[in-house]
Amino acid sequence: MVAFTLPKNSKVARGRTHKAAAGAQRIKRFRVYRWDPDVGGNPTLDTFEVDLAACGPMVLDALNKIKDEIDATLTFRRSCREGVCGSCAMNVDGTNTLACLKPIDAIAGDVAVYPLPHLPVIKDLVGDMTQFFAQYASVEPWLNTDSAPPPSSERRQLPADRAKLDGLWECILCACCSTSCPSYWWNGDRFLGPATLLQAYRWIVDSRDEHTGDRLDYLEDPHRLYRCHTILNCTATCPKGLNPAKAIGEIKKLMVERRG
Amino acid sequence: MALSILHRLTGVALGGGLVLLAWWLVAAAASPAAFAVARGFTASIPGRFVVLGFTFALFYHLCNGIRHLAWDFGVGYELKTAHASGWIALMAAIALTIVAWLGGYAARGSL
Repeated sequence: MVAFTLPKNSKVARGRTHKAAAGAQRIKRFRVYRWDPDVGGNPTLDTFEVDLAACGPMVLDALNKIKDEIDATLTFRRSCREGVCGSCAMNVDGTNTLACLKPIDAIAGDVAVYPLPHLPVIKDLVGDMTQFFAQYASVEPWLNTDSAPPPSSERRQLPADRAKLDGLWECILCACCSTSCPSYWWNGDRFLGPATLLQAYRWIVDSRDEHTGDRLDYLEDPHRLYRCHTILNCTATCPKGLNPAKAIGEIKKLMVERRG
Repeated sequence: MALSILHRLTGVALGGGLVLLAWWLVAAAASPAAFAVARGFTASIPGRFVVLGFTFALFYHLCNGIRHLAWDFGVGYELKTAHASGWIALMAAIALTIVAWLGGYAARGSL
């Protein structure tokens, strides 16, 4: 349902301030969303002063520094630190992005760091992705075939057919796009969202897949596909520069084409 | 995103505006006295702002509707293109609104 104000237990209160050590040269303030299920209560916005003179260039570097040197309880997902795993997706400076790909210098003023919007918060910057991955699994993101593969080789694909997967296979399922989509905020229980639909299209256009019709049948639904109203937040926010809106548009076109 | 929500808002406004238009037409068909009441509203200063808003809503929804039509053909999804077409739709809507109102005032000879 549409909610225009935060519920009482989600209102963000002012949290603690951690001053930089004496002698810090380039101080940048990070305002970080905190919520601990063991403590309960309302979430808070803690302020951490970080000396950029002794910190790596990206937002993730600053978060790691905070966790290592200031407050070890700060909780966030991270792994590859180079934009290929999708773990450190969060809302930085008002935009969903990967903390590891976001240069601190690109942000004027204080750096606001929140979890991805509209996900239930597990702790601090960690959102609950259960539904997101369940939806992803629902589009059967694997090669579906009835015919037997050639006995002595893999399933072949023409270079032109392989090229159709470019701009799709690069998706790392970080959920930046889905959690930036107002339609997904409001109908996330039934609308599959941009990430899952882009992945669905990745298998629909795969020349080796033999279940294209079933895939389209599954998406032919007022909510799963057609809650997309081409708002384009997904494309604007994708940290990998992909275009989920276009992929969804292509699925809609295929729906019309197969009606004849 | 702002233009997307504006598209929906103008769509809702057009729905409300059609009630106004229907009232105006029914009044015109009913009697000179009824029409005088309707005209009294549309000619008043607040009434004119309502009609101005309706005109803008109509033209914006029309122009942005053409964007949606292009998207349905699979065209114009690139961010640069989408930004440009958004600005064009907004500016075109403002321009068409101004032209319509200038034309209206000119036709009635009060320009």
